[in-house]
Parts: sequence; C-alpha cells; structure tokens
Amino acid sequence: MNTPAINALRSLIADDGGTLLDEWLLSLKAAGGAANGRVNENELRTQCRDFLAALQGAFESDAPTDTHTAAYEPVTAILDEMSRSRALQGFSPSETATFVFSLKHPLFARLRRSSKDVEALGDGAWALTEVMDSLGLHVMQVYQTSREQVIKRQQEEISELSTPVVKLWDGIVALPLIGTLDSSRTQIVMENLLQSIVDQEAEIAIIDITGVPTVDTLVAQHLLKTVAAARLMGADCIISGIRPQIAQTMVHLGVELNMVSKASLSDALALALKRTGRMVVPRPIASKS
Amino acid sequence: MTGGETIPIRESSDVIRVRAEVRRLAIGLGLGVVDQTKIVTAASELARNTLVYGGGGHAVLEVVEGKGRRGLRLSFEDHGPGILDIGQAMIDGYSSGRGLGLGLSGAKRLSSEFEITSVVGEGTRVVITRWN
Ligand SMILES: Nc1ncnc2c1ncn2[C@@H]1O[C@H](COP(=O)(O)OP(=O)(O)O)[C@@H](O)[C@H]1O
Ligand SMILES: [Mg+2]
Repeated sequence: MNTPAINALRSLIADDGGTLLDEWLLSLKAAGGAANGRVNENELRTQCRDFLAALQGAFESDAPTDTHTAAYEPVTAILDEMSRSRALQGFSPSETATFVFSLKHPLFARLRRSSKDVEALGDGAWALTEVMDSLGLHVMQVYQTSREQVIKRQQEEISELSTPVVKLWDGIVALPLIGTLDSSRTQIVMENLLQSIVDQEAEIAIIDITGVPTVDTLVAQHLLKTVAAARLMGADCIISGIRPQIAQTMVHLGVELNMVSKASLSDALALALKRTGRMVVPRPIASKS
Repeated sequence: MTGGETIPIRESSDVIRVRAEVRRLAIGLGLGVVDQTKIVTAASELARNTLVYGGGGHAVLEVVEGKGRRGLRLSFEDHGPGILDIGQAMIDGYSSGRGLGLGLSGAKRLSSEFEITSVVGEGTRVVITRWN
C-alpha cells in the first residue's frame, strides 16, 4: 500500500532531525510517564529511542496501520517488556499507558506541519490514531495480565504462610488462624493441629479465628470437621475470636457451630486453664512487716 | 448504574478475588461492617457454587441506584449443568455434593434481594442486591 496517508506516516519519524525524541521525553515526563523519577532517566531515553526506531521500521512495512503484522513485533516486544516491568514495579495504569499516548502529541504536531492540505492531514491523523490507540490498548492488556499474575502470586504466598500450632500450657495448644481458609492450606493447617494434639498430649485445643476475614459455609465446615476429629483424639476445642459481625452472619447462613466459643483468645485460655484444673489468681501483695 | 466490573471465576483464588472486590465496593458504598460481612459472605457462597457446580463462570459486580438509595448488585453466571429442582436446591441442608447445603439459602437470607434462574443443560444465574 502506498496511499498518501501511509506515506505521511512513513516520513514522520524518518525525516526527523532527532528532536522528536526530546519532544516525546518532555511530553512523557509532563504526563507523569517517568513516575516522579522512579524511572531512570537514561533508561527511559534508551527505551524511547529503541521504540522510535522500531516504530519507524513498522511504518516502512507494507501495512503500517495494522499493528498485528510481523513488522510490528519489535514494537510490541518493547511495549511488552515496558508494561510488564512497570506492572511488577507497581506503577499505575496511567503511568504505564502514558508511554504510548504521550508520543501522540509530538507526532501529530509533526503531521500537521508536513501535511499540505486539510484532507491529507485528516487522512494522516486517522492512520496515526489507529496505530497509536491500538498500541495503547496493547500496553493496557499486557499491564492488566501482569498485574493479575502479581496478585495471584501474592495470594499464593499468603495462603502458603505456615500457621504454627503453639503450646500455651501443658495440655493446652492454640492455633491462631490468619487469612483465607479455603485454599489447600486449610487441610495442612488442620492436620498440623491434630498432630500437635497427639505430640503434646493436649486436652484442649484453642482455634482462634480473629484473623479470618470471612467465615462462609466452607470455612464453617472445616472448623466443624476439625473439632470432631480433635474430639476423637481426646481433645476438646474452644473457638475464640468470633467477631460480632461474623456471629451474626453465621446465624443468617444457618450454620450452627455447636462448640464452645469465647470472645477472645485470653478468655479461651482462662477457660482452658480452669478446665484442666488450674486457676490464675493475683499474687498476694507482699506484707510490709 | 455504574459500569459493572466482571471477574472470571475459574479457580479457587478467583473466589478470594471476588470477595476482596465485593468488600472494597461495600466499603466504598459506606456499608457498615455487619452489612459488609453479610454481602461478602453471600458472594463467597455464590462464587464457590459457580466454580464447583457451574464448572466456572463469572461474576459481575455493580453499584446500583434506586428509590434514593444505593446498593451493590452481584450477578453470578455459569454455563454449567443447571439446577433441575431449584426448590430443592434452596432447602437448608440440601447439597448434591458434600457441602453444608446452606450456601444458596444462606445467601438469600444475607441479601436484600435474591433472584435465581437456571436452565438444565444451559447454566445458572444468581443475582443478589444489598441496599445500603
Ligand atoms: N451454579 C450452580 N450450578 C449447578 N448447581 C448448583 C449451582 N449452585 C448450586 N447448585 C446446586 O444447589 C445445591 C445447594 O447449593 P448450596 O446451598 O450452595 O449448598 P452446597 O454448596 O453446600 O452444596 C448444590 O449442592 C448444587 O446441587
Ligand atoms: Mg454452596
């Protein structure tokens, strides 16, 4: 293809005396694309220069307005790398997309100067818009996918955090649960608890759910199963840390946690001590004699 | 109605994501902590049903307005096997799997509005709304 619009595209970067890069960098920084200096100045310059060279290559191909051709691969490769690394570094979507959109301004200014009439300008502008918007969308897609990967990895990391069973006293163990309970972790956590009951010859196991944000029927079922299994091993369970909003929600769900519960871990410990024949009393004040 | 947010439900980490997003929207709407917990828990139940029984699908979360108040509307949709007997599925304690059978009925009690449509062989759609 060799329409005037396409020829206009081709000459945009090619005929540039080297000022385009500087103008772009200015516009990029003004739009926050350098993320308040979080992007290294030299790196940014190199990235932009490479991008312009790649874009020029694509503009010279047979179908410069189709960003899905092989000619655009070097262009999208740079964008992929840029979007991914910014997503991983926690940049905002706009700080990332600005990379492409800030180039529009200097390119359009150039197009205006090189177009001989309004019609040529219109055609050129249309072709350029098509390309830049498509590249901008591509950036957003890669950014989004990368963010999703980050979130997923974080979720996995959180769910893999080990949940230790702690011995509070002879015969009393506690399992402070923190985080989401419907991952594969639940099974491991519950097995750990049962193992500690055996190892510590525990009579009482306290399961504290202060740190569990949502108790739905699946979590409730896990708790019920664990309590039943602990009982088989000779230990009674006390659930602590059921917040008022969770208690209310359980009522609406229709879940009956038929087990001993206490508001806080310390209340649960006091009960456990009492049940195992111990008492916590204030130390008598030493007499002054 | 502000343009809803669609979240695919394909694996169990997506259920966590649905919960997190619903909580975020509920807080933004100014729901109290009890109502937040209710709607998040209902969402958790329905998202898991979508995953487990519907074989995956998606959730659409949107802030809606009506009668001078605002609310949160959550739709869960799948193209799974559908439910033959909705009446039975809504019974407390009924589960065709190994659940407690309280997810659907519980989600209904936790919401201001509840609507379920299901066609055998085509899929299931459950829409709940919680008004502020
Ligand atoms: N999206 C769905 N697709 C097909 N069947 C469903 C769906 N959601 C719920 N069901 C059916 O309704 C029953 C009751 O669901 P629920 O109350 O959540 O209980 P549970 O999840 O414990 O089985 C399920 O066991 C299942 O047979
Ligand atoms: Mg369920």
